[in-house]
Amino acid sequence: MASEKGIKLLDFWVSPFGQRARIALAEKGVEYEHKEENLLAEKSELLLKSNPVHKKIPVLIHDGKPVCESLIIVQYIDEVWPDKAPLLPSDPYQRAQARFWADFVDKKVFECGGRLWKLKGEEQEAAKKEMIEILQILEAQLGDKKYFGGDTFGFVDVAFVPLTSWFYSCETCANFSVEAVAPKIVLWVQRCMERESVAKTLSDPKKVYEYVRFLKKRFRIE
Amino acid sequence: MAAERGEVKLIGGWASPFVARPRIALNLKGVAYEMFQETVGKKSELLLKSNPVYKKIPVLIHNGKPICESAIIVEYIDETWSSDGASILPSDPYDRAIARFWTVYVDDKIPDAIRKLRPLVKGSAVAEVEAEKLHAALQLLEEAFEKCSKGKSFFGGDNIGYLDIALGSQLAWIKAVEKIVEIKFLDKEKIPGLVAWSERFYAHEAVKEVMPEADRLVEFTRMLLSGSFAK
Repeated sequence: MASEKGIKLLDFWVSPFGQRARIALAEKGVEYEHKEENLLAEKSELLLKSNPVHKKIPVLIHDGKPVCESLIIVQYIDEVWPDKAPLLPSDPYQRAQARFWADFVDKKVFECGGRLWKLKGEEQEAAKKEMIEILQILEAQLGDKKYFGGDTFGFVDVAFVPLTSWFYSCETCANFSVEAVAPKIVLWVQRCMERESVAKTLSDPKKVYEYVRFLKKRFRIE
Repeated sequence: MAAERGEVKLIGGWASPFVARPRIALNLKGVAYEMFQETVGKKSELLLKSNPVYKKIPVLIHNGKPICESAIIVEYIDETWSSDGASILPSDPYDRAIARFWTVYVDDKIPDAIRKLRPLVKGSAVAEVEAEKLHAALQLLEEAFEKCSKGKSFFGGDNIGYLDIALGSQLAWIKAVEKIVEIKFLDKEKIPGLVAWSERFYAHEAVKEVMPEADRLVEFTRMLLSGSFAK
């Protein structure tokens, strides 16, 4: 494995985490081989060998060396290809802020979103309340800026935008509107979609919803 | 020199392994700072204002600007005082990715294991189950140490680095939990590399005064569980 040159990304079509890596690679104009893992079946030898600790995608394999964890992969991509489309700002304080908010998105959005479509009744209501708070915090952080980092598309935008394909599923399952609580976030998503890297990568929210319905049936959540 | 550093404040608590991280990093860089100890069970105005999102320690306040989350603070310290002391993060992007990966792993496994073990007693069935998980995590970290250290003293090589700080800061509580449930985790037979590393870590100038005594943490646990810190 160590002697193989080139860049490979082990991914799963609907994974927002894999999409983070894909957006970063596209922003940098880096050529790579995209390998689709079928997570609904058996995991490939390569995945198990490349990420023995977690056995999860995405995994970026660069000249045979695997990098795991989506935000770590994005930082790695930013550091290896620093000249084009820098994703992290150069000022240490701004970098700390970017890392903080990407981490916030990581800790809060997907997990809470998952509860929204997996649970029912009181638990779902509690998750909905939490999600609204999370969106309001992010809305305040975005403010009137073009992107989370300011004028340039950056780390927090990459971290958050793939998760927005799941809004439709959350809204439909839990009966609420993201636009009603966070209109600036909705406009920000539209701005991000004007970027080729994002438009070509993000899953169609309706397709995500089909997948969520499939998962609910499979795990008998309906 | 001191004036160029600016005003450095750290909001923290003596018992928190997460607070130990920026303290060690600041010591490595030779940066003096003012410590604001939080009282357990009562959050200060300064903390609530500086970390409105999580209301948690540590918070570094540099020239009035707050930075939150221990691992992020350590990177900030490394980047801000980059010409002071050795580099905390490795210089190679791949090595950085590995250091970050294992730091995320430490944060995922160790604090949870400590939280679950510390209210238990010796011999409890739950303690056995949770202990197995901690043993398994430490075993993986032993292998990581072999790979990262490449025969040198620390995960970071000759000097204490990012992953040394991430895992090392958890040692005090691991030792405390050993006493509480009477199970040996830092076992020379099972994880010789890490045990030797932990002794070097504890002995380091930048670490010595920062790590709390295990006995003090055992007492702290007793007080925590008996509700002594409740408002």
